[in-house]
Amino acid sequence: MPARLVLPLRQHAGNLAKPAVAVGDLVFKGQLVAAAEGAISSAVHAPTSGRIVDFSEQPIPHYSGLTDWCLTLESDGEDAWTDLEAVDWRAADPDTLRRRIQAAGVVGLGGAVFPSHVKLRPHPDRKFRKLILNGAECEPFITCDDMLMRERAAGILRGAAIMMQLLGAGKCLVGIEDNKPQAIAAMEAAARSSGLNVEVVPVPTLYPGGGAKQLIRVLTGKEVPSHKFSTEFGVQCFNVATAWTLHRALEFGEPVISRIVTVTGSVRTPRNFEALLGTPVADLVAAAGGTLPETDHLVMGGPMMGVTLDSDRLPVVKAMNCIIAASPQLFPPKPPAMPCIRCARCAEVCPVDLQPQELYWFAKSDNFEKARVYNLFDCIECGCCDYVCPSRIPLVQYYRYAKSEIIALDKAKQAADLARERNEFRLARIEREKQERAAKHAQKAAGAKAETAGDDARKAAIAAAMERAKAQKAEVVPQNTGNLASSVEAEIAEIDARRAQAASAQEKQEV
Amino acid sequence: MLTAILVMVGLALALGAVLGYSALKFKVEGDPLVDKIDAILPQTQCGQCGYPGCKPYATAIAKGEADINQCPPGGDAGVHALADLLGVEYKPLNAEHGLPKPKSVAVIDENLCIGCTLCIQACPVDAILGAAKHMHTVIAAECTGCELCVAPCPVDCIAMVPIEESVSTWKWRYPVFEIKKEIAA
Repeated sequence: MPARLVLPLRQHAGNLAKPAVAVGDLVFKGQLVAAAEGAISSAVHAPTSGRIVDFSEQPIPHYSGLTDWCLTLESDGEDAWTDLEAVDWRAADPDTLRRRIQAAGVVGLGGAVFPSHVKLRPHPDRKFRKLILNGAECEPFITCDDMLMRERAAGILRGAAIMMQLLGAGKCLVGIEDNKPQAIAAMEAAARSSGLNVEVVPVPTLYPGGGAKQLIRVLTGKEVPSHKFSTEFGVQCFNVATAWTLHRALEFGEPVISRIVTVTGSVRTPRNFEALLGTPVADLVAAAGGTLPETDHLVMGGPMMGVTLDSDRLPVVKAMNCIIAASPQLFPPKPPAMPCIRCARCAEVCPVDLQPQELYWFAKSDNFEKARVYNLFDCIECGCCDYVCPSRIPLVQYYRYAKSEIIALDKAKQAADLARERNEFRLARIEREKQERAAKHAQKAAGAKAETAGDDARKAAIAAAMERAKAQKAEVVPQNTGNLASSVEAEIAEIDARRAQAASAQEKQEV
Repeated sequence: MLTAILVMVGLALALGAVLGYSALKFKVEGDPLVDKIDAILPQTQCGQCGYPGCKPYATAIAKGEADINQCPPGGDAGVHALADLLGVEYKPLNAEHGLPKPKSVAVIDENLCIGCTLCIQACPVDAILGAAKHMHTVIAAECTGCELCVAPCPVDCIAMVPIEESVSTWKWRYPVFEIKKEIAA
């Protein structure tokens, strides 16, 4: 039991998991520490009980050697389980089951770590016929699936039964390489006692027979075409270890917190370990008796496609099926590459029937469009072409380079399209706003005019009222001048005349 | 003789009618060349080419007013693609319009932002979110790294941060080999 476990949040293909705990939290074994984010993502759980002490970017086992977000768990030594909840999968609704599978962190343990709940969705218009369990190891040196089948055959088949129910598959084929007689015997015995429609098929031990499409081809004779999924042909393929974790996840409620790792190469006692996720690789190597003196580096995965590990402090992750201690005797350094002589031996060995020599030319000259047309993306990077090349050209490196460049270009193209759309929308919006503003101004101007027109009417009304008032005033005769005697009236007239005379005289004087 | 002339005239009229009809029926809206050029441009909308966006620059190239080497974000690959499309000679990027830089995104220092909305008005792709007197922030996924928001900011709170390589954006390198000198025996 290691004291510190480092749990990368990206142990699966797809989106980074979202942390569900904070630094300083106490967690129990099997407790969720990071939840799946989005459809293609998976959860991460605490492999033992203890305290979360750190959340930071740390180196992870990846080709790039870059860092990624990791939670660090300090074990309290109690190894106390959280409450586990099993599911009655025979009665449960498929969507609930898929959610449970995602929440339990079940991913393809063959090495691709693709979230399993996505693969357990049957094709909408195809009837499912066959489930294939992949018991052929990915690469030479690896024996973790062999070990699992020998020890836990019954559990694997119970997982297969869940998969068959979810997919509606009538038959299950288990492909096991013919160099594993004990595993074949164990699986056959389990198949007989399980009562399922399971057939164990020994397949020739020939790299890369463990590739999903390759195994499907061997077992069913069907070749899955480029850009198509095997579900369209009524076939789905899972690793045996995935079936085992699925069985634990649903029948016991145990999430994926450990996996079987082969430790081999130049170590004293090569063997398989069931290791908690997050265990430092160094601990496993030490448990295998330590490395022999000539060891110069560690490889995660197999000798053909493996990742060279920069340090032995890196944690065990769900994708880690094997650790090989490499030495110059085991893997002699490759002599320098020579020019391609177009012998086409690579084309003879390519398991996907590509034209590796053509792809090499296109990748080397950055002719990516052409490489895409020649189905570069069907390449499984198995390294067979690399291995047989008499000029020792590192072909797979060229293909990986071209693939990642093409993916980056496609992403840039998408970003540009988004930017163009947003820019056009913005210009359209500015134009629309301008028009709206102009319309508003026009409306306001029209309103103002209407107001002035109203003013005129009001003025006219006022004028009319004043007229009326004047008329009324004129009509009204002062009271004290009414009903007077004629003599008095004559007197007033005389006074008025005098006044007028005086006024006119005054005017004359003033002039 | 007369029939021959009539036949020719008749043919001319018939074909003319067909051509006239198809000219109306299959009229191409907009300039297809502009769209093709625009598809090559990186859509940063940064205006470093001297035009107010990628579409205007594309239009100017199509009209022959602008050269093909004025787009630094498009880089050398962009100039090559334009040269291929237009059938002209490749030219190295014109340094007057700037040099290619690593792809960056704008980041607003949220402690300094005063909420003036000037950057929101400057952003050509509406990638800045905020309102008057409220803090603004950049939607990183939609930022094209055009730097147009940097200049208008009155408190200089916008910085261009290069996008760091992460596990999800990491690319395989072109295989290179050390050439070792053979020691003469």
